[in-house]
Amino acid sequence: MTTFTPPPLPSDDKRWKIVNGTMRKNGFARHALIETLHTVQSSFGYLDDDSIRFVARSLRVPLSQAYGVATFYHYFSLKPPGEHTMTICTGTACYIKGADKLLAESEMKLGVALGQTTADGKVSLMTARCVGACSRAPVVLCDGKVSGEMSREQLIEQLERWTVE
Amino acid sequence: MSENVEVKTLVIDGQEASARRGQTILEVARENNINIPTLCHLEGLSDVGACRLCLVEIAGSNKLLPACVATVSEGMEVSTNTERLAKHRRTILELLFAERNHICSVCVANGHCELQSLGQSQGLTHVRLPYRNPELTVDASHERFTLDHNRCILCTRCVRVCAEIEGAHVWDVMGRGINSMVITDLNDDWGNSSCTRCGKCVQVCPTGALFDKSQIGSEHPKHPDFLPYLNLMREAQ
Amino acid sequence: MNLDELELIARSVRQENAAYDYELNVCMDLACASQGAEMLREALIATGDTSGKKVLVRRTGCMGPCSSGPMVRVDPDDTLYGHVHADHAEKILSSLGNEPVAVLQCDLNEHFDKQVRVVLENAGHIDPEKIDDYIARDGYKALLTALTEMTPNGVVHRITESGLRGRGGGGYPTGLKWGTVAKAGGDVKYIVCNGDEGDPGAFMDRSVMEGDPHRIIEGMAIAGYAVGASKGFMYVRAEYPVAVARLTTALREARRRGLLGSNLCGTTFNFDVEIRLGAGAFVCGEETALIASIEGKRGTPKPRPPYPAVSGLWGKPTLINNVETFANIAPIVRNGGKWFANMGSERSKGTKVFALTGKIANTGLVEVPMGIKLREIIEVIGGGVPNGHTFKAVQTGGPSGGCIPAEMLDLGVSYDALLKVGSIMGSGGMIVMDDTSCMVNVARFFVEFCMTESCGKCIPCRAGTAQMYKLLTRICDGSGTMDDLSLLEELCVTVKETSLCGLGMTAPNPVLSTLKYFRNEYVDHIVHKRCTAGVCNIKAPAEVLA
Ligand SMILES: Cc1cc2nc3c(=O)[nH]c(=O)nc-3n(C[C@H](O)[C@H](O)[C@H](O)COP(=O)(O)O)c2cc1C
Ligand code: FES
Ligand code: FES
Repeated sequence: MTTFTPPPLPSDDKRWKIVNGTMRKNGFARHALIETLHTVQSSFGYLDDDSIRFVARSLRVPLSQAYGVATFYHYFSLKPPGEHTMTICTGTACYIKGADKLLAESEMKLGVALGQTTADGKVSLMTARCVGACSRAPVVLCDGKVSGEMSREQLIEQLERWTVE
Repeated sequence: MSENVEVKTLVIDGQEASARRGQTILEVARENNINIPTLCHLEGLSDVGACRLCLVEIAGSNKLLPACVATVSEGMEVSTNTERLAKHRRTILELLFAERNHICSVCVANGHCELQSLGQSQGLTHVRLPYRNPELTVDASHERFTLDHNRCILCTRCVRVCAEIEGAHVWDVMGRGINSMVITDLNDDWGNSSCTRCGKCVQVCPTGALFDKSQIGSEHPKHPDFLPYLNLMREAQ
Repeated sequence: MNLDELELIARSVRQENAAYDYELNVCMDLACASQGAEMLREALIATGDTSGKKVLVRRTGCMGPCSSGPMVRVDPDDTLYGHVHADHAEKILSSLGNEPVAVLQCDLNEHFDKQVRVVLENAGHIDPEKIDDYIARDGYKALLTALTEMTPNGVVHRITESGLRGRGGGGYPTGLKWGTVAKAGGDVKYIVCNGDEGDPGAFMDRSVMEGDPHRIIEGMAIAGYAVGASKGFMYVRAEYPVAVARLTTALREARRRGLLGSNLCGTTFNFDVEIRLGAGAFVCGEETALIASIEGKRGTPKPRPPYPAVSGLWGKPTLINNVETFANIAPIVRNGGKWFANMGSERSKGTKVFALTGKIANTGLVEVPMGIKLREIIEVIGGGVPNGHTFKAVQTGGPSGGCIPAEMLDLGVSYDALLKVGSIMGSGGMIVMDDTSCMVNVARFFVEFCMTESCGKCIPCRAGTAQMYKLLTRICDGSGTMDDLSLLEELCVTVKETSLCGLGMTAPNPVLSTLKYFRNEYVDHIVHKRCTAGVCNIKAPAEVLA
């Protein structure tokens, strides 16, 4: 049997060392795939072909399987995020309190559909299935920060602040 | 017969049958010439229990069991062909026909398609559900084969044969739910993937989703029956 | 660590706390935190330092009545303040020893009177990042007692005796499950805590993980001892970063105190826990999908049997329980199975935590004894429907559950009763809807949820939910026909009876239950092209009725 040597880091970008660290901590075991993809996403903001290929080769997971995993889980993004992210919760409690209207409003204001980023790269529009702050529905996350009882006006104001920035 | 092989007796469609412990209902039924429709199952590959066409009724339980994975137990009374099952099977086939774009008359697999023949054998005369008509692509980048997503039913036989028999695991499924899609490598063109060109996936594909380019315009029967033989040879080694 | 050492820690914490004149407990759970609880806490600390009184300002987990947040509770007076902000700090501190600040006081007696706290007994009383706070409230006593005074079988027996049933939704008897894993062969077994909390509109498990993380760890360790496992995994959804951080801290602290690791309490028992992150897939709450996900794969379920208790993680016997189930373990071991079995109803014992949300005055977390009437939860504890609207339905069980109409509010909450009326207990989401909610639209919302969360493996769920969504959309936008409705009903039956896993098997429930109780709304949309709640955007012009 030939001994396995993990592939070299794709570049001298320090972030690859962090990614490699996660894999090493797990003894380069296959089951570390999701955990490693989490590290890639938190380090680089998203997953691209190069990073998936690097992780797959390092963990000896078939490429198609790694891609299958990366696209199965909604938390992973294969596109770079915008400068800011508006995440609208579309869980049940938020939906009952009008989250769908907030979403439609944001799509109109930004001129992009859900899951997309404005052409100038400023704002990405996302949804989440409940962030666990249901008692303050409708909830949005502005760059990850929870804001509850969101009104249409507050939402537009926030989006405007980002787009003219 | 060795002593540790436990024998179970059961009844399938009123017919008494004996089975070894660990055998699936499907195996025992086929040994007794009882036909249970299947689609994702293929002898020689692992079973995933995904198409649900092989569901059978068990006396005393309201839950339907997939015959391809459910194992026999002593005294089990199995019904494979009730009105309830027939109805479910037709609806499942309807769901498949309406999911993507299956136009038998222009398909290479016309006359040799497992989906088509199941439709006929299960008495599916028309599809009441709205057709979804999704826009899907055809990948003809491979020198020998073509992948037509319009005809794929996501049975994952190609994924399994490539991973389990060929050992290459070039195929897998990307995305989820109604947006699932079979892919090679990182969703690369098949022709530029690490495909070994063995053609096993084409042979096991039950529809015209994977086909041999050289066969277009001619009859296109497939030969998935090489698997038990391959497995037997491997075990013997 | 042994019981005496544990007691020593507990005593010293109690002594330390006794040195303070007052304790200001500040809820820092998500709802309160998103309204400035951190600033409030800092202001209380700063003001406390200069006030001359000895005050302890403590960060705590969720106190319950989130809609009144940010919350502060002053002890020993047990005064509860709501809607408190940083600029109230001075007022609160100067009131200590005098009359409480009337304008901030919450009148929530009715809200609390009907509740019984077992799972949430520490919520609002301990700092979740301090293991000693937990120990001071009898934390880890159950684990050490089990290790030193009970046999593994004895532990399983006690859980069985308590009548505890799984809080993750299915209600499977916990003792029975533990017994199966204990009896399964092999030296390697695993404990998995299901912290995926997929029900979109529920946050009980998050609150426990964030507010009282050691309680879950202790429950898992006791389970490990009972079934013979030395390794546990905690699967937490990625949407809960604070829970992950708190659990990470808690695990580190527990190891430091010798409550996790090798040879616990001088016995031969070893146990440790690793955290695994979900990545945004509801189906991963299903146990076989969860196992696939921990193994680093796509979260697609497998047919059962084999059940995880026999063949789970990496093919080994695996015990999977929900967060709240594990949270009940320590009190049961401490107080006995009978104590627990004395609470609740005939076949549903103990208490249940619900996340009460939607069109209701007091949103938040409530813990009630099983068997309590829905009406009491909604009208008394929840304070009813606000703004002059009328109650229409309460949804339990999330995407797998159903809508219960006003006529059925006198139903006692139990696994069986909820099942009988076409819903399920679920994990504890309880969403109240009023006359401004359209039930067809709600059904469509849940079906859309299941469609996007379907893993895609089996056909009935993958294509069936997509077709149900299509038909419901037609009905909602006014283009549906009565034929569509009967097709929808037929499809519901096939999806329910033929899907591979619980997601598909229960996906039709929201449709079936709204059809059962609110069929007239469907007919209204189809025949009269009318949405009485005014939610649906009906495109077709209203037909002139002769
Ligand atoms: C689609 C689906 C989603 C589920 N989601 C969860 C969940 O988020 N949390 C949970 O504890 N159980 C969930 N369950 C139930 C689990 O499969 C499992 O029964 C439970 O974790 C067992 O623990 P218990 O016996 O303590 O309830 C889900 C089941 C299904 C079918
Ligand atoms: S439903 Fe939006 S936070 Fe829970
Ligand atoms: S053949 Fe059994 S589920 Fe497909």
